[in-house]
Amino acid sequence: MTLSSPPNQPDPLSGRLDGNAAAGQLREIFAVDLTAAVGCCSGCGRTGAIGEAHCYGPAPGIVLRCTGCDGVLLRIVTTDDRVWLDMRGLSILQLSLRG
Amino acid sequence: MARAAVLGRLTWRAATVSAVRRESATARTLTLDVPGWPGHLPGQHVDLRLTAEDGYTATRAYSLASAAEGMRIKVTVEQVPDGEVSPYLTTQAAPGDRMEIRGPVGGWFVWRPDQPGPVQLVGGGSGVVPLMAMIRGRSGSGAEVPMRLLYSVRDPAAVLYGDELAAAADRGVRVDVVYTRDAPPGWSRPPGRIDHRLLADVTVAPAERPTCYVCGPTAFVETVAELLVRVGHDPSRIRTERFGPSGGRR
Repeated sequence: MTLSSPPNQPDPLSGRLDGNAAAGQLREIFAVDLTAAVGCCSGCGRTGAIGEAHCYGPAPGIVLRCTGCDGVLLRIVTTDDRVWLDMRGLSILQLSLRG
Repeated sequence: MARAAVLGRLTWRAATVSAVRRESATARTLTLDVPGWPGHLPGQHVDLRLTAEDGYTATRAYSLASAAEGMRIKVTVEQVPDGEVSPYLTTQAAPGDRMEIRGPVGGWFVWRPDQPGPVQLVGGGSGVVPLMAMIRGRSGSGAEVPMRLLYSVRDPAAVLYGDELAAAADRGVRVDVVYTRDAPPGWSRPPGRIDHRLLADVTVAPAERPTCYVCGPTAFVETVAELLVRVGHDPSRIRTERFGPSGGRR
């Protein structure tokens, strides 16, 4: 698989994008948009929108890291028929129920 | 789209190219007909999947350039040298071609027409694409909130949507263009990057509490976001989206 950043590959200078780039993959799994959700980093306690997290990828999966401590918030690996999701770096995820 | 957040899991939809428009030497806008398209908000993007005859697939994300208009969407694609997908989209894709679309996605870097307060847009290179959707969304919805665009671009030939941006100025959207490499003869500002003086001069005053949307290459976005904070904007009102290589480096 290849993924995925608006509109193309990650910036070669920094090698990363932001959590917005993971929106499509996350919406394959979750019924709600996660980029507008506020997450709390289990490493340093910083809170912020998932869309603002640093995003590395795409191969072999997407890694979202905290903008404060650079700790891993979320990892997602997708193959043709399976998804692995590791969210241990997020102690809390706060979602809006309004559109 | 009112209940955009609760839609269920997304799947891929068939899309057909209905029109192609050249925007610059390296960028084209594709209009796609997507049956069942649920509508979208300015700033959202789509994942676009191409499948080769041998079954190989490649997926990329592209910001939506259009405001919601029925089952029709537009994406503007800038060609990435050595890219796997963009050369096809910018040089070969033609009306009738089929591809797959997953979206709309993204709920963070979006502007809602009913959102109160002024809006400051700052785009670098093809980072202007989702900002154009916001300008079009303002126009299409009749919203009258103050909106300004500061657009940083390499040279005049790389400007996207030039005529439409000029027309937007007549409808109350202030547009300032800063050229990083070559400016047109007689341009008011010598070529150069956005700095804090320019931001202080041409952006909505921090006291008016604008929501700021910054989109472009990662380095551009992080520099501009820092400068916006430096000139007094509230960090919690700055939303950013980072693109891959674009604008001056493409």
